[in-house]
Amino acid sequence: MTTPVDPLIDSGSVLEDTTPGKSVDVPLAGRGRLVLRRFFSMKRGVIGLLVIIVLVFFAFAGPHFTQWKYSQLDFEHFLSGPSKLHWFGTTQTGGDVYAETMRGAQKSIIIGLLTAVIATGFAALIGSVAGYYGGWVDRVLMWFVDLMLVIPGFLIIAILSNEFAHNFALFVALLAAFIWMVTARIVRGQTLALKEREYVLAARYMGVPSWKIIVRHIAPNLSSILIIDATINVSVAIILEASLSFFGFGVQPPDVSLGTELDDAQNAAFTYPWLFLFPAAFLIVLVLAVNLVGDALRDALDPNAGKAQ
Amino acid sequence: MAKFLLRRLVNYLILVFIATSLAYILAAVSLNPKSNYEARTPKPPESVINQKLDAQNLNPDTPVLVRYGHWVDDLVHGNLGEEVQGGTVNSDVGDRLWVSGQLLLIGTVLGGLVGVIIGAWSAVRQYKLIDHFFTVTSFVILSIPTFVLAILFQILAVKINHWVGHQAIQYSGQFNPKLNGGTLEMFGDRLDHLILPTVTLVLAGAAFLSRYQRSAMLDVLGADYVRTARAKGLRRRTALTKHALRTALIPSVTIFVYSFATIFVGATFTELIFGWHGMGELLIQSIQSNDTNAVAAVTLFVAILVLLASLLQDFVVALLDPRVRG
Repeated sequence: MTTPVDPLIDSGSVLEDTTPGKSVDVPLAGRGRLVLRRFFSMKRGVIGLLVIIVLVFFAFAGPHFTQWKYSQLDFEHFLSGPSKLHWFGTTQTGGDVYAETMRGAQKSIIIGLLTAVIATGFAALIGSVAGYYGGWVDRVLMWFVDLMLVIPGFLIIAILSNEFAHNFALFVALLAAFIWMVTARIVRGQTLALKEREYVLAARYMGVPSWKIIVRHIAPNLSSILIIDATINVSVAIILEASLSFFGFGVQPPDVSLGTELDDAQNAAFTYPWLFLFPAAFLIVLVLAVNLVGDALRDALDPNAGKAQ
Repeated sequence: MAKFLLRRLVNYLILVFIATSLAYILAAVSLNPKSNYEARTPKPPESVINQKLDAQNLNPDTPVLVRYGHWVDDLVHGNLGEEVQGGTVNSDVGDRLWVSGQLLLIGTVLGGLVGVIIGAWSAVRQYKLIDHFFTVTSFVILSIPTFVLAILFQILAVKINHWVGHQAIQYSGQFNPKLNGGTLEMFGDRLDHLILPTVTLVLAGAAFLSRYQRSAMLDVLGADYVRTARAKGLRRRTALTKHALRTALIPSVTIFVYSFATIFVGATFTELIFGWHGMGELLIQSIQSNDTNAVAAVTLFVAILVLLASLLQDFVVALLDPRVRG
């Protein structure tokens, strides 16, 4: 073992892996493998990931297990409790709560993922450009960030709800437009530190164009923050979409989302609890699992972290 | 210091104006007050509708920029315009301001305080039982959307009331209009109505902030100057509060201000679900009733709140960090 040990790999975790039956090539393992190993040694991360897998499976395969469709009404059962026929009960109009919840969950998952990727990508672009170029570019972009922070995003999206009623892409773009700002600020701060590093300076003195330096040298070093923030943004987007839909400004009928379902159930929450509890539970467990994975990733990707807990 | 704060103030005022203008123009383009009259039977004649909307500066047939011009002119004179249903925005907002202000003030101050204390405490007791408890609790609360949290509290209140046998915890409205008692009794009734909305806001705010405060505190606990403070003979408590917490507060204050618009939206949900007639209710109603002037007023309110929070942040950070003052 004479290879210089990566500072990321602390002796503790090297020793762990020398147990019989495991390969001993650990010091040569890449950062990706190390991060994965750290991640999987954390209970909350593993539990979160498993829960997400189960929920995603149910959201997309679940509708095929029941004979009811989310758009279908059962005129023989209004407001009936959970039963063999309707697993999560039925609504005032005879809709199947199970089918509606799965449909809503699909929406939440897709919207959450798409929005987070777009928002984090945009934040990375704005933040790194502002940090790297500095000067007036930085001032203009950061002023834009401040402006976006002052504008109540919820209100703007709500105003425009008529426009995106049948335009899913616009809805996702609007959601993303109001959650990227804090990430952009963090990215800018990191970029300011990174651009003074030797390898960046070396590249600059060799005449590598700025955009190439950002893509090749800055962006890879931001990956940790971006992965963490993307995860957090998934849960932020899911909650934002549910809240908008709850007040009638998001997903529009006849389509359903967890938010519209909760809106319909709000007044019946005391008397017909299944209307409220099933979609609420799905929403909360989904967001909680995403948050757990995000937190575990934060620890796994932290270069200063000690031995994985 | 004064010059620094003044420069920030001017910058923020410009931001507030642009944000409000943007909301006005988007609302003016997108909302159609004429549709409010579509469903009426008998439908009033077109000319009557136009006349009424013209008088309110809400007619969608008038070019947006002309309407915007009128609106800015009124705004400069302290007039926020008229509402679709009649009545001025000024008087409506005047009533609602105090309702929301009360909830927001108590909610944010208490939420911030509780969040900082819990975060700092968990950091000092890292990986101890109490830290695990707070971590799990705040993760669960953070994963519950505010409106769901509010409804869950309502369900809980109903259960408790049922169990106690009378309305021990109020979960709807700001006060009981039928109550006719002494001042003390009225005050008690208002307090009772305030409990659940405040608890909802405080929990949501504290759960969010405590995570940041915890990690900020952990970062400074290992710092040399905290060790030095202990080494020069300061008591543990003094070293932790005066040296560690003081530094660790700076990022939390900043993150709290960034999320102020979000906090307002959370308060909106809380208001609506607990049946308070505040700015949050106006936000939802104004969009549903295609009321551009009211939308702009709500935006102005939120923007001014963010501005105040940002100024407060500049002030607090300057107070905590001597380098900023220079």
